[in-house]
Amino acid sequence: MKRFAWLSVILLASLPTIALAAGAVEGGSKQATNWSAIGMFVGFVGLTLVITYWAAKRTASAADFYSAGGGITGFQNGLAIAGDYMSAASFLGISGLVYTSGYDGLIYSVGWLVGWPIVTFLIAEQLRNLGKFTFADVTSFRLGQTEIRILAACGSLVTVAFYLIAQMVGAGKLIQLLFGLDYWIAVVLVGGLMMIYVTFGGMKATTWVQIIKAVLLLSGATFMAGAVLYKFGFSPEALFTKATEVHPKKLAIMEPGTLISNPLSAISLGLALMFGTAGLPHILMRFFTVKDAQAARKSVFYATGFIGYFYILTFIIGFGAITLVSTDAMFLDGSILEKTKSGIAAIKGGSNMAAIHLANAVGGNLFLGFISAVAFATILAVVSGLALAGASSISHDLYGMVIKGGNANEQDEIRVSKIATLVLGVLAIFLGIVFENQNVAFMVGLAFAIAASCNFPVLVMSIFWKGLTTRGAVVGGFLGLVSAVVGVVLSPAVWEVTLGFAKGSAPIKLDNPALFSMAIAFAGIWLVSILDRSKRAAVDRDGFDAQYVRSQTGIGAASATAH
Amino acid sequence: MSNLAKIERDPNYQELVRRRSSLGWLLSAVMLVIYFGFILLVAYAPKFLGIPLGSGVTTIGIPIGLSVIVLAFVLTGIYVRKANSSYDVLIRKIVEENRS
Repeated sequence: MKRFAWLSVILLASLPTIALAAGAVEGGSKQATNWSAIGMFVGFVGLTLVITYWAAKRTASAADFYSAGGGITGFQNGLAIAGDYMSAASFLGISGLVYTSGYDGLIYSVGWLVGWPIVTFLIAEQLRNLGKFTFADVTSFRLGQTEIRILAACGSLVTVAFYLIAQMVGAGKLIQLLFGLDYWIAVVLVGGLMMIYVTFGGMKATTWVQIIKAVLLLSGATFMAGAVLYKFGFSPEALFTKATEVHPKKLAIMEPGTLISNPLSAISLGLALMFGTAGLPHILMRFFTVKDAQAARKSVFYATGFIGYFYILTFIIGFGAITLVSTDAMFLDGSILEKTKSGIAAIKGGSNMAAIHLANAVGGNLFLGFISAVAFATILAVVSGLALAGASSISHDLYGMVIKGGNANEQDEIRVSKIATLVLGVLAIFLGIVFENQNVAFMVGLAFAIAASCNFPVLVMSIFWKGLTTRGAVVGGFLGLVSAVVGVVLSPAVWEVTLGFAKGSAPIKLDNPALFSMAIAFAGIWLVSILDRSKRAAVDRDGFDAQYVRSQTGIGAASATAH
Repeated sequence: MSNLAKIERDPNYQELVRRRSSLGWLLSAVMLVIYFGFILLVAYAPKFLGIPLGSGVTTIGIPIGLSVIVLAFVLTGIYVRKANSSYDVLIRKIVEENRS
C-alpha cells in the first residue's frame, strides 16, 4: 500500500505544477489554464484515489480483481454500464454532431442505444449463468479451451486496442483544449491514473470510478439541457425555430442529411452499432460483477434508461449550442468566421467543443470547470474499464487457461493481470502520442465492427446453437475479424481520408463493413460447423445440453460472492 | 448426468425455456423491426422524416427518432417485468426440486 500512497501523492502534487508549466508555454490552439476546472478535476482524482485505496484493501482474490467479488447491485451495475458507454466520444461527439448537422446526430444516438434491448433479451442472463470473469468463459464453455480462448483474446485485444487509441487521442486533444496542458502530458496523465486505478483497485475501483462519473455526467448534462430549455420557456419548438434561423443549413437540420451517404451504408452502420454493443469485452465483463441472472437483467434495464435519457439530453444540448454558442463571438474563431461567415464552422476548438462552450454560456466559468472536469473523468473511467478488460483477457484467457491449462495459481494470475495492465498503459500512452495527428475517428467504428463480426457471432452461436463446433467458431470468428479489419482499411474513411488515396478510389464503398463481415462470420461458423466430422466436434455438440440447462437456470453457475 | 436428464424432463424447466425463448426472440424481433424500419426511412425516405408537424419547424422525424429511444427502454422494461414475475419463481422451483 505504501507504493500506492506515494504514487498518488506524486501525481496529485504534480497536477497544478504541470498545468502552470504548460500554461507558460502554451500555443495558440490551447485555452488559457482553467483553474476552476483543474481544481474540480483534482477533487475528482483525489476522491477516486481514496476509493482505489479502499478497494485495494478489499481486493485479494481473483474474483475480487476481475469481477468485484460479484458484490455490485443491479442498479449500481446499470450506472457503471451506462458510464462505460457514455464515453467522452459519445458526449462531446454526438452533441458536436447535432451542432453541425442537427438530425443526423439523433440517428447515431438511436443506433448506439438499440443494442441494449438485444443484450437484455438474448445474452445478459445466459452470460451471468455461464461465465465467471471474461466472455471467453462462455464461448469456451463446451468448446476446445485453447483455440477458443485464443480467438476470444484476439477479438478482445484488437477491439480494446482500437477503442483505447481513439480514447487516448481524444483525451489528449480535449485536455489540451480544456486545461491548457501539453498533449503528451495529458496522455501520460490519463495513462498513469488508469494504471493506478486498475492495478491497485481492480474491478471494484474501476466500477466505482465509473459510477461516480456517470452520476456527475448525468447531473451535468441534465442541468445543461434544463438551462437551454429554460431559456426557451421549455418549448422545444421555440428552440428548434431559433436553431433553424441561425444555422446555415436552415431547415435541413430538422431532417436526415448527408451523413448517411447511401442506403447500404446506413444499414451496415446500423448493424455494427446494434450488434457491436453486444460484443464489447469491457461491457460484457460487467455482467460478472453482479450476484445472479436477475441482477444482470435489471442492470441492463437501468443502463438502457440512463443511456437513452442521456442521448435525449445530448440532442437538446446540441441544439442549445447552435442557438447559444454559434451566435456568440466569445466562442468563435474570428479569422474562420471572417472566411466562412458561419458561426457553426468557426467554433473554437472544433465541433467537439460545442457542449463545453455551451456549459460556459449557460453556467459561467464555474460550470465550465465542472463539465471540463467531468469530461476528463469520463475519459479516465472509460480507459480504465478498457484496460481492465484487455488485461483480464491476457491473464485469465491466455495465461490462466491457455498457458497454464486452467491450473494457474490465483495470485500468479492476478500478478500477470497487473503486469498486463502496466504494459497496456504504457502501450496506450505510446500509441496515443504516435497517433496524435492522425484522424482516429474511424477507430471507434472499427472497434464496433470487430466486436459485431468476431465476438458477437461466436458468443450468440455458442449460447444458442447446438451444432456449433470448436473448428466452426475459430474459422468463422477469425474470418469475421479479418474481414472487418480489411473492410475498414478499404473503406472511404481510411483509404481516402487517412491513407490519402484519391477521392472515390476506395475499393469498398461502405463506411462500416459490418454488413458483409458479420455475414461472412455467421456463414463461416455455420458451414465449417456442419461439415465438421472430427472427434472434438462430437464432444462439442454433446456438451450443449448441459450448458443449455445451466444457461437457463443458473444451476452450477459460479457463485458470485466469494466471501 | 442423470440430474441433467431429470431437469430436462421437469415441466417447470420446459415452461421456463419456452417462455424465456419465445419472449426473448419476439422482443428482439420487435426491436429489429423498429430500428431497421427507422434506418430504412433514413436511407430511402429522408424527406418523409423532414415533413413539418403542423405549422412549426419541428419535423415528424423528431418524435419518430425519440420514440425509437423510448421504445427501446419500454421493451427492455417489459422483458424485465415479465422475467422478474415468472422466470425467477420457476427457476427457484427447479432448483428446489433438483437439489441432489
